[in-house]
Order: sequence, then C-alpha cells, then structure tokens
Amino acid sequence: MKFAVKALSSGKARAGVVHLGSCPSSIETPCLLLSTRKGLPIFISPDLLSSLPSPDSNLLQFSPLHFSEGPSPKTISSIGGLHQMVGLHEYGFAAVARDSIQCLPECGSTNKTGASFETPCGRRLIKPVEYMEMITSMKPNLWATLADEVPAWANNKRNKTSVDRTVKWLDECIARSPAGGAVFGSIVGGSNIEERKRCAQEVAVRNVSGYWIGGFGLGESMEERPSLLNAVTDNLPKDWPRMICGLGLPEEVLQGVAAGVDLFDSAYIYHLTIGGFALTFPLDRTEKIDYNYQLSDQGSDRTKINLRATVYRKDATPIVEDCCCYTCQNHTKAYINHLLNVHEMLAQILLEIHNTHHYLGFFRSIREAIKEGCFEQFQKKFVQSRREHLAADVVSV
Amino acid sequence: MALRFEVLGRFNRARAAQLTLPHFACQTPLFMPVGTQGTIKGLTTDQLEEIGCQIILGNTYHLALRPTSELIDELGGLHKFMNWPRALLTDSGGFQMVSLLHLADITEKGVTFQNRIGADIIMALDDVVRTTITGPRIEEAMYRTLRWVDRCIAAHKRPHEQNLFGIVQGGLDPVLRYAIGGLAGGEDKDSFWRVVAQCTAALPEDKPRYVMGVGYPLDIVVCSALGADMYDCVYPTRTARFGTALVPEGVLKLKHNAMVNDTRPIDPTCACMVCKNYTRAYIHCLVTKDAMGSQLLSYHNLYYMLQFPKGDVPEWVCNAMDVAGIDISSCCSS
Repeated sequence: MKFAVKALSSGKARAGVVHLGSCPSSIETPCLLLSTRKGLPIFISPDLLSSLPSPDSNLLQFSPLHFSEGPSPKTISSIGGLHQMVGLHEYGFAAVARDSIQCLPECGSTNKTGASFETPCGRRLIKPVEYMEMITSMKPNLWATLADEVPAWANNKRNKTSVDRTVKWLDECIARSPAGGAVFGSIVGGSNIEERKRCAQEVAVRNVSGYWIGGFGLGESMEERPSLLNAVTDNLPKDWPRMICGLGLPEEVLQGVAAGVDLFDSAYIYHLTIGGFALTFPLDRTEKIDYNYQLSDQGSDRTKINLRATVYRKDATPIVEDCCCYTCQNHTKAYINHLLNVHEMLAQILLEIHNTHHYLGFFRSIREAIKEGCFEQFQKKFVQSRREHLAADVVSV
Repeated sequence: MALRFEVLGRFNRARAAQLTLPHFACQTPLFMPVGTQGTIKGLTTDQLEEIGCQIILGNTYHLALRPTSELIDELGGLHKFMNWPRALLTDSGGFQMVSLLHLADITEKGVTFQNRIGADIIMALDDVVRTTITGPRIEEAMYRTLRWVDRCIAAHKRPHEQNLFGIVQGGLDPVLRYAIGGLAGGEDKDSFWRVVAQCTAALPEDKPRYVMGVGYPLDIVVCSALGADMYDCVYPTRTARFGTALVPEGVLKLKHNAMVNDTRPIDPTCACMVCKNYTRAYIHCLVTKDAMGSQLLSYHNLYYMLQFPKGDVPEWVCNAMDVAGIDISSCCSS
C-alpha cells in the first residue's frame, strides 16, 4: 500500500492518494469505505457494483467476524483469500473487527484474553491469535489490529485498561502479521483527552503502515468530539493514512476530515436504505441557500426523502433530477414507493445504489474543497445550511 | 391481432417458434419468471435482460391491490412503471379469489384491470378446477369458463395492443389463444402429461400453447416434446429463497452442512455470473441469513431456467443419445 498527502487546507484537513495492490487506479482521500456483509454489499449485487463511480467505490470494508460461522480460515485460504472468494479482484478490502452495523463492541464482556462483539450469531469473543488467523487467510489489502473499544461513559479505570490492552494486542497482532497487507495500528482512549494522547503516542512508535482510530461513535457528543480527534491526530506522523470507524453522518465526517482523518466507514447509508430514505442534499457547492423553501411534503428535510410517504405514490420523477446513478437513470420515486409498500427487496437494492452514489459525491466535494484550500468554509457552510433549513421548517409549520 | 406466431422448426410434436408481441419478439419454448408485484424478487430489469428473460408474469390481483391498476394506467402502464422493455403477461386475478360469487363479479373487472396494466398478453378469467376431480363439476367449470371467455372478449378494450389468452378447463373447445390451466396443482404426473398431450393434440397448431404453473425443468421438457410453448412458475425463485439451487442433476441444497467447505461452483457447466465467481462454501454462508444469498441463487436459478429450454444441449448428452439411437442432432449446438 502506498499513501501520499497531496494538499492541505485549514491546517489539518488533507487530500491524499492511496494505492492498493489489487486496485488498478489510485484512490483519492478523504474517501468512503463501503460497508459490506461477508465481503459483498448488503443489497447491491456484485454485477451492479460496477455501476457506481470508479475508483471511488472500489474500497470495501468487512469484519472477519462476519465469517465466524464459516467458511473456515482453511477453506478461505484454499479458495485464495477474500478477493477470490467474493469475485471482486480489482477492489480493495479493509478488515476491521468492528462493523458499525452488525458487529458492535461489547466492552462488558471483553476481557484480557480477547475483545467481545455482539453479532448476528450472538456474542463472540475474539482473541488476537484467532483474529490473526482469519486475517492471514483472508488477505485483505489493509487491516486494523484488534482493539478494546469502550463507550464514552466508561470510567477512567476501564478506559485506561482499554488503552493498555489495545497496545498489547497491537504488538501481538503485528507479531503474527502476514506478508502483504498493510497493518493499521488501533488507537482508543474513550472520551479522555489524556488517554487518547497516550494511546496515539504509543502506537505512533510502532512499525505500522497506518492508523485506525477506534472508540468513536460510541456515545461521545458532537461538541467534545473535535478535541478528542485532535488529541489523536496531533500525535500521529503526518505521512501515514488515518482510518476511522463510527463517524457516519455528513457533519461527523466533516469533523473527522477537519482533524486530519483520511478513510471513513459509515453506517449512514445502511440505515437510510433500510428506512426507505434517499439522500437528496445538494452536492453542488455553488448552490445559493434558498430561504423561500417551503416544506411542501412530508418526510423531506432537504437532506433526504422518505420514499414511503404517500406523496410519492404518483411521482414519476427520479429521486434526484440530474443524478446519474443506476436508480435515478432507470426508476421513479413512484416505483420505489410501491416496492417499499409491498416489501420487495428491490427497493433496498435501488436505494443502496443511489445513497452510495450520492454519499460518494459528498466525499468528492470534500476533496475538491480541500484542494481549493477552502475546506473550513465548506464545512461551515454545509453545517449552517442544514441548520437553516431545519429552522425554516420549524417556523413554517 | 397483437401477436404473430411462426413455427420455425419442429421435432415430431415439439416446435421452436417466434412469438412476436408488441414489446418483444420472443423465441419459444420459453419460461416466464413470476414477478408478482411488479418485480422479480431481488433482481433488476437489467439483470433479467442479461440472463435472457423475454416475458415476465405479473399478478393482476396483487397489482390491483397495490398500487392499483388506475395508478399504473395513469403512470403509463406496467412496462413504464417498472421500466421493463420486453414483454409482460398478466393473469386474470381469478386464482387468488376465494368466493365464487365474487369471481362472477370480477370477470369483466379482471379484463379492465389488465387493460389498464397494459401487458402484452392478458388472461381470461377461468373457473379453476383440479383435473383429478370427477363428476359434473368438471363440465360445469368448462361451460362457465367458456361463458366467461366470451364476456372477457366483449370487455377487452385493447385488442390491437394486448392479446387475450383463453384457458382450457376441463374441456377442449378452442378459443382465441390457448392456455392450459388447472394443472400444476399436485395431480400425479401420469395424469398431468396425458391432459397436456390431449390439449396440444386438439388445439390449433398455429397458436401458442401456455401451460400455466409449470414448473420443474423435467416437466417443461416433457410438455415441450408434446407441443407446448410457454411456461411460468414461482419455483425457481421461491426455491432460491430457501437455499436450493437448480442444477442439471436436479437440485443442490446450499443450506446443507456438506456445503460449508465445498469450494466447487454450484454448477461447473453453468456460465452465469454466480457459478463463474462463487463457491458453494461462500453461498452456503449467505443463504437464509443474508439478502445477498437469495439474490445470487435467484439469479442462478433463473439463468438456468431461461437458458436451458433454448436447446443448448451439452455434448455429452448428444453423444449419449446417439448411442441410444435417439436423434437429437437438431438440438445440439454445432
């Protein structure tokens, strides 16, 4: 794996380029890692993946825990690794134990031997040895070391233990590191600035190719997050990539970018999709704020629409007028409304395609803003315009 | 007349034909996947085109309920609503009805709904009765079906854009086009094929014959040999959702523990995206747990059903038949 920072804006936000062995093209950062379940998107079938913008959509994230009920590491090895098993040879895979959708850290059951997660197959304890066995068989392009993540309300003692454990497991994982595959050292520390700093400093001196920042999206507030993020990134070398888990909403992603994070996963697309929502917020950065906007339909807050709403029953227009995703090019809001009403899986497939496409567009505008040196304004304007729409809606009701 | 049916090749009673419909020129014998509510579960129209789907079946009862036939009409018909450029067939809605009185009411309504939905082929309402029943009920069903077909013909508002298919029930009197109904309901196979043989012998040669609700690949082969042209069945997609794949040898139950570490494809002779990329082991870990499992298996099963009736007979079968003294050289690819 190769990474290089190409541009900076507002001090810490960086635009960069990452190159992974299996991907034919380099991928620009900040970028979005698409969520998968067992290596394939949750709804988008592999032959439809290519309809998403490339190479933006070529980075996928999975958890080794997805395979805790098989196939076995031995079988996966004999198939040739994850890329081979899921037939996505020209994609990049990032392995992280935590997957914000279905493999959630369960710190109460985590102990000195391993990390505990709530999964669809029940609660699982995974030890560094087992974790590395899975990583070795799957051969992801990059992988995070096993971490002990605690929620924001964990007490200081538990938090300190999580940092000690995470660093210990990092060393154990590195010792069993397979050839090939970039190791990202995991950094935790909860909502304690000092612990965050301590962990970052410890990991920064280890022999890793990048950093995975854990423990976010677990109860910390929007207000306290920036200082916690900075406590980490200020203590990391600038030349290696930083990946984070748990910052899903656009405003949260922007906080991560402002602190100097390069790679993001997000459960936002999944939650929108299963809720029947489609993203519609404007991606055009030159759009003027429309103060005369009237809340004319239910379930629309100018950022997304609720396609279950009856107002869309006869709407023969695409979700977003000039969107060039497969869904908007081929189908109408009326059809998706019908599919949702009759509980047809095609609704989720079409929504996941559109929402992924749209969110990738959001990341593209972030990169453009950084390259133009105006990221701070971009972030302010974005957050402000969303708040203003909400305020306008409140007044008009 | 909104269709053209031209027989291009024969083998005894079996025929290969071109069925030209308003939206698509189809090759028969053909299999129609069932897209009950305006979609084949989990597959996009692009994927369906890619695997060779020519006609999709829609259920009038379901569509009349949601989103209603008026809405579909208002938005330009079912083709436009679901963005399917090829052909559609809708059933009469009768199968899902329960009360007989209600059935009598919806005879013309069923046609009206179907006119609004706008499919290439629409079905007349029939009085469905099992072929295994004996006694006066059969004759009653036959006469009632004929009376209803006449009412359907009278109510049909778009004869130049949509083709009305009559359904043979209990009897053999010819009507406009022909569908053979009342089978595929669990009767024994020996009775089943005899009814099909009887119908195809008596029905005119120059019109397509549609055996409704059939079915298993073997049944389709037998019926085609006897002179039928069109089929529909929920089986391939439904069985996919239960983790079962269709293969030349029969079925493969991907849920089975034996599949956990099986690194072979579902069917090594299958050219579909699923068999070319995935192992049984991987599909096993998906089926019944993740939506993707149903999708991939549905894709494979439909590919299997849509590709095999074309007569792509593998070489080994041609060779075997040769030795067996059965000439199927016209079905073998050169």
